[in-house]
Amino acid sequence: MEPKPRIGVYICHCGTNIAATVDVEAVTEFAATLPNVVIARNYTYMCSEPGQALIKDDARNFGLNRIVVASCSPRMHEPTFRAASQEGGVNPYRFEMANIREQCSWVHHDRDEATEKAKALVLAAVAKAARLEPLEEREAPVTPAAVVIGGGVAGLVAALDIADAGFPVYLVEKSDRLGGRVAELNRTFPDLEPVAAWLPDLIGRVQSHPNITVYRNARVANIAGFVGNFEVTVEGPDVPAGPLKAGAIIIATGYNVFDPTLKPEFGYGRYPQVVTTLELEQRLAAGDLTVNGKTPKDVVFIKCVGSRDVQLGRPYCSRVCCMISAKQAQLVRQALPDSRVTVFYMDVRTFGKRGEEFYDEARRAGVRYRRGNVSEIYRRSDRVVVRVEDTLLGRTLEHEADLVVLAVGMEPQEDVAELASLLKLPRSADGFFLEAHPKLRPVDTAVDGVFLAGCCQAPKDIPDTVAQAKAAAASALIPLMRGVVPMEAATAVVDPELCAGCGMCVEICPYGAPALDPLWGVSRVNAVLCKGCGACAVTCPSKAIRLQHFTPDQILAQVEALVFWE
Amino acid sequence: MTDNGFEPKIVAFLCNWCTYTGADLAGTSRIQYPPNVRIIRLMCSGSVDPTYVLKALLDGADGVLIGGCHPGDCHYQSGNYKARRRIIALKEILKQAGIDEDRVWLRWISASEGQRFADTVAQMTQYLKEKGPNPMRKEWAV
Repeated sequence: MEPKPRIGVYICHCGTNIAATVDVEAVTEFAATLPNVVIARNYTYMCSEPGQALIKDDARNFGLNRIVVASCSPRMHEPTFRAASQEGGVNPYRFEMANIREQCSWVHHDRDEATEKAKALVLAAVAKAARLEPLEEREAPVTPAAVVIGGGVAGLVAALDIADAGFPVYLVEKSDRLGGRVAELNRTFPDLEPVAAWLPDLIGRVQSHPNITVYRNARVANIAGFVGNFEVTVEGPDVPAGPLKAGAIIIATGYNVFDPTLKPEFGYGRYPQVVTTLELEQRLAAGDLTVNGKTPKDVVFIKCVGSRDVQLGRPYCSRVCCMISAKQAQLVRQALPDSRVTVFYMDVRTFGKRGEEFYDEARRAGVRYRRGNVSEIYRRSDRVVVRVEDTLLGRTLEHEADLVVLAVGMEPQEDVAELASLLKLPRSADGFFLEAHPKLRPVDTAVDGVFLAGCCQAPKDIPDTVAQAKAAAASALIPLMRGVVPMEAATAVVDPELCAGCGMCVEICPYGAPALDPLWGVSRVNAVLCKGCGACAVTCPSKAIRLQHFTPDQILAQVEALVFWE
Repeated sequence: MTDNGFEPKIVAFLCNWCTYTGADLAGTSRIQYPPNVRIIRLMCSGSVDPTYVLKALLDGADGVLIGGCHPGDCHYQSGNYKARRRIIALKEILKQAGIDEDRVWLRWISASEGQRFADTVAQMTQYLKEKGPNPMRKEWAV
């Protein structure tokens, strides 16, 4: 006979993330009174090593056969606690999570209300846990290849690392060339090294790598499948007929440059004297800084154009413009030693390795930094006037210039929504792709097997982009090198005693998992094909099919608990 | 805005891939919403058995929210369409049985729509406050 449920309940403080809003002691005392609960504890960080050890030790010492953790979202730490349960000798599918952080402490202010709601969520989790059945995890083979979307620096580096590890890589680039935005740059900060010194070599290594296939002028039309077994349909010239099969996908689609005509007061597009940092980059490369045939005497840089601008819906810092301005200001001083170069800034954020030193070098080279908000730019004879409020002196002033450079920020690619919807990837409020966790999983996404690299995740400079690309490649290599991925254990099962063989489950399943057994006239579910959506279980008129881990008795117990608790 | 002191109880059945993740995003974004909603995670809105909704209403829930992926975005291809058909049919049945079908809301909320999730909960809470308690609760009390 199945032994009686013995449940251990663990309430996490999550530092102060939960404990500041939810009275964890009260929730723990409450949990200890619930049926089948043998032990209830709380701890600062349940996901930490000592937190997990609590679960494992209790499981052995108290003979627990079910574990409930009330902490963050199961999308965050369910795998962690399932593993801990297993190590404690509890079947990982006899673990249940109550989400009292994302669904409670982070979204409610009132301590009493949040505590009562946390109790309800714990009650429901305990009710479900008592009814959980042990399940076996199975594994599916992985297609040992990767698709990298985007042929900029991030995509190139990620593709090379995976290819060097011995796996085929399909690199999909929407334009007709590799190198992305960096190919439009001349020199990079903080060493003023020419891009030509390393980018062509990087592109060359990718193009000549035997494991890498590059598709140019190509776009991703569809993505099906799941981690280990993606099918990516690509449209474009020289693209194979069928979908590309891959075990992992890296998104490295980069960024778009802010369109400065959205700030019409700066006169970009109307005055030839006003250019963007990217346009100046080209002029510096060509060695021609003249405006209307005249060498500029007075050059102005304006920072944060399209960044840190709430009115324009771009409240974030683009992270590179301070260094780009410091770089270009130095290069202008080198090219035109008689020129006066002024940078108008809100703040100078030259963080990172050699950043502050680089800013000092710019000032030593004679670049003048002036804290000020630019309100408008207008023409005066053959020059322009920059109208600016000096925010240190609290005074408005007019600054005549021959050349004004707008340090334009980064924004998400125009087609980012399309790719997001193909992969069902969430995006953050600023429109960039959302990482699975801001600290612990910065290159993972909500979709297993899909990773992020470079500025598609957030603005960043080249070293950070390369670091993230290498991290994404390493993460993508995990399923490729393991060769197997864990498969859905929570599949549908048929009780042949109840099945009438009507075939409604066969009709409704999008994956062809159930089929009628010709000999017995009852339905059977092919567990390899079943994705665990549960549509068949609802359809079955005799309730002969049930989705394991989400059975009616488990869910109805949750309903009852949630409605019952005031 | 009415505030009659009545705090409705909402049971929410959310699909793992879109609305549950959207609710998580509301959390990580610290978007505040009324604590009246209590969430049950399911893999797909297409696995919401109408009996779950009935059970919640008969037990005394003042409202039931079903959240799924936007049309065309279902992780399981078509589960949300199945949910839509079932909930429409269920509402017909509720009406025939004299149960207020407007206590059941079906909403498409994606993984990136944390704000939309919070807004939906706020709207539904307010709506149910105005509507008052679910009378089933009294009738079934022993």
